[in-house]
Amino acid sequence: MGLSAVARLWGPPGLLLTFALHPTLCLRPVQTSAPRHRDYCVLGAGPAGLQMAYFLQRAGRDYAVFERAPRPGSFFTRYPRHRKLISINKRHTGKANAEFNLRHDWNSLLSHDPRLLFRHYSRAYFPDAGDMVRYLGDFADRLGLHVLYNTTIAHVTLDKDRQAWNGHYFILTDQMGHAHQCSVLLVATGLSVPNQVDFPGSEYVEGYESVSVDPEDFEGQNVLILGRGNSAFETAENILGVTNFIHMLSRSRVRLSWATHYVGDLRAINNGLLDTYQLKSLDGLLESDLTDLAVVKDREGKFHITLKFFLEEGNQSADAVTLPQDDNDNFAMRVAYDRVIRCLGWNFDFSIFNKSLRLSSGGELSKKYPLVKASYESKGSRGLFVLGTASHSVDYRRSAGGFIHGFRYTVRAVHRLLEQRHHGVAWPSTKHPISQLTSSIVRRVNEASGLYQMFGVLADVVLLKENAMAFEYLEEFPTQMLAQLETITGRKARHGLFVINMEYGRNFSGPDKDVFFYDRSVGHTEDAWQSNFLHPVIYYYRHLPTEQEVRFRPADWALPRPTAIHHIVEDFLTDWTAPVGHILPLRRFLENCLDTDLRSFYAESCFLFALTHQKLPPFCQQGYLRTQGLMGTESLRRHGVESGLLRDYATVGRRREDGGRGLLGGSQAPGPPVQALDSNKEEL
Amino acid sequence: MMSSSFNKFRVGISFVMMSIFYKSAVDSLSELSPQKYFSTLQPGKASLAYFCQADSPRTSIFLEELNEAVKPLQDYGISVAKVNCVKEETSRYCGKEKDLMKAYLFRGNILLREFPTDTLFDVNAIVAHVLFSLLFNEVKYITTLEDLQNIENALKGKANIAFSYVRAIGTPEHRAVMETAFVYGTTYKFVLTTETALLESIGTEDIENAHLYFFHCKQVLDLTEQCRRTLMEWPLTTLNIHRFIKTMEAPLVTEVAEDPQQVSTVHLQLGLPLVFIVSQQATYEADRRTAEWAAWRLLGKAGVLLLLRDSLEADIPQHANVVFRRAEEGVPVEFLVLHDVDLIISHVESNMHNEEIQEDEDEDMESPDMDIQDDEVAETVYRDRKRRLPLELTVELTEETFDETVVASDSIVLFYAGWQAVSMAFLQSYIDLAIKLKGTSTMLLTRVNCADWSDLCAKQNVTEFPVVKMYKEGKNPVSYTGMLGTEDLLKFIQLNRISCPVNITSVQEAEEYLSGELYKDLISYSSVSVLGLFSPNMTTAKEDFTEAGNYLKGCVITGIYSEEDVLILSNKYAATLPALLLARHKEGKIESIPLANSHAQDIVQIITNALLETFPEITVENLPIYLRLQKPLLILFSDGSINPQCKKAVLTLVKEKHLDSLTPCWLNLKNTPVGRGILQAYFNTLPPLPLLVVVSLHSGGQVFAFPSDQAITEQNLLLWLKKLEAGLESHITILPAGEWKPPLPAYDFLSMMDAAGSQQPTRRESECTKEMDAQENDKKHEDKSASRKEPIETLRIKHWNRSNWFKEGEKSFRHDNKEL
Repeated sequence: MGLSAVARLWGPPGLLLTFALHPTLCLRPVQTSAPRHRDYCVLGAGPAGLQMAYFLQRAGRDYAVFERAPRPGSFFTRYPRHRKLISINKRHTGKANAEFNLRHDWNSLLSHDPRLLFRHYSRAYFPDAGDMVRYLGDFADRLGLHVLYNTTIAHVTLDKDRQAWNGHYFILTDQMGHAHQCSVLLVATGLSVPNQVDFPGSEYVEGYESVSVDPEDFEGQNVLILGRGNSAFETAENILGVTNFIHMLSRSRVRLSWATHYVGDLRAINNGLLDTYQLKSLDGLLESDLTDLAVVKDREGKFHITLKFFLEEGNQSADAVTLPQDDNDNFAMRVAYDRVIRCLGWNFDFSIFNKSLRLSSGGELSKKYPLVKASYESKGSRGLFVLGTASHSVDYRRSAGGFIHGFRYTVRAVHRLLEQRHHGVAWPSTKHPISQLTSSIVRRVNEASGLYQMFGVLADVVLLKENAMAFEYLEEFPTQMLAQLETITGRKARHGLFVINMEYGRNFSGPDKDVFFYDRSVGHTEDAWQSNFLHPVIYYYRHLPTEQEVRFRPADWALPRPTAIHHIVEDFLTDWTAPVGHILPLRRFLENCLDTDLRSFYAESCFLFALTHQKLPPFCQQGYLRTQGLMGTESLRRHGVESGLLRDYATVGRRREDGGRGLLGGSQAPGPPVQALDSNKEEL
Repeated sequence: MMSSSFNKFRVGISFVMMSIFYKSAVDSLSELSPQKYFSTLQPGKASLAYFCQADSPRTSIFLEELNEAVKPLQDYGISVAKVNCVKEETSRYCGKEKDLMKAYLFRGNILLREFPTDTLFDVNAIVAHVLFSLLFNEVKYITTLEDLQNIENALKGKANIAFSYVRAIGTPEHRAVMETAFVYGTTYKFVLTTETALLESIGTEDIENAHLYFFHCKQVLDLTEQCRRTLMEWPLTTLNIHRFIKTMEAPLVTEVAEDPQQVSTVHLQLGLPLVFIVSQQATYEADRRTAEWAAWRLLGKAGVLLLLRDSLEADIPQHANVVFRRAEEGVPVEFLVLHDVDLIISHVESNMHNEEIQEDEDEDMESPDMDIQDDEVAETVYRDRKRRLPLELTVELTEETFDETVVASDSIVLFYAGWQAVSMAFLQSYIDLAIKLKGTSTMLLTRVNCADWSDLCAKQNVTEFPVVKMYKEGKNPVSYTGMLGTEDLLKFIQLNRISCPVNITSVQEAEEYLSGELYKDLISYSSVSVLGLFSPNMTTAKEDFTEAGNYLKGCVITGIYSEEDVLILSNKYAATLPALLLARHKEGKIESIPLANSHAQDIVQIITNALLETFPEITVENLPIYLRLQKPLLILFSDGSINPQCKKAVLTLVKEKHLDSLTPCWLNLKNTPVGRGILQAYFNTLPPLPLLVVVSLHSGGQVFAFPSDQAITEQNLLLWLKKLEAGLESHITILPAGEWKPPLPAYDFLSMMDAAGSQQPTRRESECTKEMDAQENDKKHEDKSASRKEPIETLRIKHWNRSNWFKEGEKSFRHDNKEL
């Protein structure tokens, strides 16, 4: 009873805590009527806000982060309630490659400082939330990020101004009434409002945000938990051993993240209740729509579950209400519960944004998120970007954009976009001769963490130069913005492009699929397109796809239909460096897209080609002819002769040769065929 | 060519269909209300109906597939309808929830089966399932070998069996079997399985593909005897099965006595070749046995006939005992002499391959090759992977040790990637270099594996592999740009031991420098020593020269002298200050070049040009430098060291400036054996040496050879070159000008995906489509899963939901059941 009173207290969400804290301020008082201008304003010093601050700081931009709490990461000071983060903190991978290791580090933010890796903050595989708070604090302090703590932005409006970068300024008003003028607004406030479902009796329900975390308080009780997410299971897990039983009720079927490949679904670490349910230990799962529900309280203070429909029938007192078991004596929820706990997730706080910003909710798909484009820019007002957890509508239930290990990359993508848009700094890229193409792709698919974490959302792009003799390599571009690539990156895509994406197999994941089915792994290169586990997929386009093509791409395609596609066959170790299994088919694909020969050659072969052909393969042109030929060693040459790919010229003509696969004969190179040397004995 | 022979047949089969079955003119999906629908049902007629809510989306993948199935099902007299469950009238077939609609198969107004829509995932599945339900008696589904044996025993002496294995129900192969069964179901017993174990137990190893066996049981009279089996060797399509069964029906061996060219049998119509066993009275019995023996083995592949030579008018070569006739018209028959049935079989089969599987064959030919490494660097590195290199001779650097190491000592760093073949090939040369330099060099040889330390490599601006950089204290790192080999890198390291330009402090030292005495151990790496002479006050010129010297560091020794007594040197070597002195150690010559107003770049150019020899021995290492001149090459091929007369002749012409438009050079096959490959490309065979050729690499690619019957003398050579210039000589070959194309095709995954998409879109409707649909699809997942195995509790809730108080139920019942 007492606890439900607490729930009431916490019920109206919002800024309770921060209003209590606001008098301790560190703001320089701005008394003038002209608001203080900043190019970039970041709302919230959580992981996403700090991550953006880091990039702005490194680029030397004029920015400030507004944080209502006195320290960064205030969400983590309270949540998750049971303090165990479900983002893995894998401290060892057996590899030294820092970029690769980020594939398995779900908590660190991106920075140049190796000390700011989360593994230095916790040894636990599933770390304590307190360590996250400490980490975020260190991140802000060590990097000297410009955060205005104890500053609650109470209101955000738009001020039209032709001079402004986006035709308007964002005016932020803090709790002191001070105004801040911003050219670009980066909203990283996360999801802070507990999701509540309104039904008769919902006032009896305790919220996840306030329910006791002490198992003692549940000793011998019947507990009903509404919701089926990680918070629900986390709550159940905590009290599993002390209750009579726990029932869990939600509209949707439970989704296991190992079946959906979506980290927001139920993680195995929290699913103890599934185990006891299926092992007949009184606990159980039920499916029903919560909006049809009603909770009535009887004289003993116990809760009964019934339907809204019954309540509408008449206005009887609690004990007279019709209960489903009156008609249906084996109704599953016929027992009385001691407590009902709501664990229904969180919503974005829209309340501070003025209507003029036209920041609307994501609609049917994701009501809890603000509506944004694939570039994370609000559909309503230019210059307003949503970062971090709140930006998850872009890849909700698909990728990791709602989590630190995903949004640290999307934040970087947004920053790169802003650098190009407002400062003329083109999207970073490296230029290479075409002979490096295969290697460049192999390197990235084997180490890139952004591609791996944000599979399907961020992809690398290779822009070909004229005649396909060189290319530019761009990292981690939002795939759904492909049509706008030129404006976003400031790079030209006139001569075709490759997109390097990571994908799971089409039919592999899903809430009810058996992801452990026999024969799930594909080993043959020719079956690579049927790979089920995450694997690299390379799309080739002759022309940059149009917006139409991106929007109306074929069903279940991550990208518009390409001119050609290549799958690198899945690998158990995610190591795609096998010379024949991975690199060779990739090279053949690239060669056939570009209609050229991308093999590498020793200097001796290039020498031969140089004197027997008018044109040289790219590798010889770009290496040997620039006096950077690969000389090789005696032992390699011997292997070459054994394999038939090289010829031992020292013996040519000295003894009969049966015209084996020589450099010319074997390579299928254009050029005069090398004849078998049958007829020249007498000449030597 | 397959298709042409099939066209005839296709017409045939559709004619059969049309004449046998009711054929409707309408072939799009009709939409009816439940009442209307039930009123159209005719007794005995089958009908498939999909019940859906009136307000459900007009299009879905299922509806598209259903629409496609209308036509084929109508061919079998089965009507298809979409029944809209409108609010006014409802039916028990209208599901309770929007997404739980099903399709129902009726015969007359009797319900035969209901199908969840996910079993009818595409048009093939729809047709297969519907026919499977209707042909319940004709097609027996079995799961064990025992079942098969029972059927086999029961039918011995009575009927033949068409036994097929398909990978799954609803596949295109299943559909093909069902469609054939519709036609032949009364003639043959159709038996179907999806059990791989069953297939394996009758001796087939290939369980990947669908199979069809014909069991010849009808002629078996002895019940202990097994039915003969014939495996259909074509893919399971309706046409192929039809064609196969037709050949099973044909007589085993037909006797003919007419011109093989005129004979016509069902085989020819089906596109199969004919084999005639030529017989004569005397050997008739034996020939008949041979023919039957061959016929059994060729069953389904070719028709076998016995040709009676005695009563034949047409001319058949005396020795021929077999006549082979292809199915294509206008191809003459082949007369063969084959003394063995196996030879007959293999002849037929090899011809079949040529005819039929040509398309497949291409793939078969390519696919193994595509997986064979044709990159010489990758292959050689791979073959060498097990050799342990003495890597410990070089220092492996890491992110932690890199900075302190390159600061503490002058270091060469090789940046490589463990998975990249080119850099691993170069690593071998690098290790060879370390062996050579062991304990002698002050330069520390180190390496960084960028596969491990990608951040470090990125920080050092290394994004390609391999890269070699030299880190010297207090100076910017210098990238090595020479050949990736032991010798060139050694030269780079050795020449970097001295600072360039080195400061010479006395005239005597300068003389020692020019004579090669000063850096005796280095002149083998730099055939030229360059000395810049400046007055002490020529600051700008000195700066430019220093810059140039720095730039050329590692490829040539440079020195600078600018003492007060510099005039002693300039006078001695007749140089006007500022000037360069070039000491060519091999030739023992010192020449001077004035440097007035030359910028650093010009100085680099001057020195680089000076490094070129007038008549060099061309090698793998130095060819690129001479190719830069963009002139035709005059190459003297020599087996061993050069003939002095030839050399003299060329040098004389060089001196007389007759060769200015060419780059004269010679090639020693002993040092550069690959020269033999070049000669082979020019002459096909190895010509006698020495031999002179002119190769115009950059203009047309013609190769001209100096006549081998002439001695290489100044006069002859000059005359020949004049004729060449005048266009009077004809070239021996032209170098191919083709671009370098992909050596082999790639896997066409896009087509494979397309093919799979059109054949078996396994549960396509459950796929996430665009971002906007994600949620909707999620719902589908849930619903479908809910309809599968449900925990008891869920079922109870469902039961509860179904009770008509519930909101959902209430809504759908409110209109027609007012009393509720």
